[in-house]
Amino acid sequence: MEKRKELFGQSPYGLSSQEKREYYRQIMQELTRKHDRGCAPYHNLLRNIGFDPAISHEVEEYPFLPVRLFKEYELLSVPREDIIKTMTSSGTTGQRVSKIFLDKETAVNQSAALVRIAMDMLGGKRFPMMIIDSKSVIKDRKMFSARGAGILGFAMLGRDTVYALDENMNLDLEGVEAFLQRHQGENILLFGFTFMIWEHFYKILRDSGKKLDLSQAVLLHGGGFKKLAQEAVDNETYKEKLNEVCGIQRVCNYYGMVEQTGSIFMECECGRLHASNYSDIILRNPRDFSVCREGETGLIQLLSVLPDSYPGHSILSEDLGELIGEDDCPCGRKGKTFRILGRIQNAEVRGCSDTYEKR
Amino acid sequence: MTNMEKYRNAFVKGLELPLEEVKSGLTYQGIENWDSVGHMGLIAELEEAFDIMFETEDIIDFSSFEKGIEILKKYDIAVEG
Repeated sequence: MEKRKELFGQSPYGLSSQEKREYYRQIMQELTRKHDRGCAPYHNLLRNIGFDPAISHEVEEYPFLPVRLFKEYELLSVPREDIIKTMTSSGTTGQRVSKIFLDKETAVNQSAALVRIAMDMLGGKRFPMMIIDSKSVIKDRKMFSARGAGILGFAMLGRDTVYALDENMNLDLEGVEAFLQRHQGENILLFGFTFMIWEHFYKILRDSGKKLDLSQAVLLHGGGFKKLAQEAVDNETYKEKLNEVCGIQRVCNYYGMVEQTGSIFMECECGRLHASNYSDIILRNPRDFSVCREGETGLIQLLSVLPDSYPGHSILSEDLGELIGEDDCPCGRKGKTFRILGRIQNAEVRGCSDTYEKR
Repeated sequence: MTNMEKYRNAFVKGLELPLEEVKSGLTYQGIENWDSVGHMGLIAELEEAFDIMFETEDIIDFSSFEKGIEILKKYDIAVEG
């Protein structure tokens, strides 16, 4: 994994498309070979489709696993005793959850990648941090939900970290105000899940008529807008409405999946989602899975250089996306930029924020 | 209290470990208690004990008992013994 080490030495958005292709040609082959050796079902799958990982391929030619496979099978590429954490997705009743098995190396790389990506957007300083969630989400330390993993990953960026919601998901307004009092005039970092923030923070503030001053804060949020679609809330509306109740100027969405924790896609100042060095996307035609032509909408395939302990380095999501450009974002960061257009029809309903079911 | 005592104490409180288990060879994600939850607890304890604030990069680099001592030097704190 020398190539990957090299990648970690670089700034997370510094590679041009050509340089990135070179890295990914090698890293995808290394990872595919590793999982071929370590994970019997993955090995069988490669054999069944006639894919020989010993031969070097173009990046687009590497097979991708549909995310639902992680629900149906326990896929891991290292001995079980090397697993230190198991992460799960959707915990709603009646649905199967994805199980993602992490060894030490994968866990360490995940947090390093996440912090590097976020630092590029926020700067190296640590800000007073408020997590708009309940601390009870991280109670079980060996089994994490996608939510818990996100909270812990981002917590490295903060200091004097507080949780805004109590264990019953009620907004602790007193605690929030005391926190803001303590850090008056400072830049503050807020983090939470898109739906949770809407339901347990925005709506409470809106209905109480209480105005908080978060004009100096940056809000990072992820998990998807699927649950908000019924209320016709998209990214733009979300920003506007939050601004109304707390004066917040900078709201930054990110796209990511529990199957590829760490290598998330962050929204830049220009409102585009960015692939970093640690991940990439390929859009595919939902009917025949061929690579989309320029300007075509397609299913999002996600590549990540991080998964060592499970074969999740190339997966196919159920999200539809559209490419905006590559290496040409006005913010100066290189890599592909894109937007999410929703979910493919009839796909099994799921998303990070589904880990929480409204009671 | 010597700096080494303060340093080891931060591991005791931050990672909830008995003092005799706090020694060279401990690594991040190497034991159950030193996971990402424990890590942030440890960082908070060290910051309080030495009245410093780590940079984000140093929090990621803080991968072992020994590495932490090396990182603290950057903050003009010598942990010896």
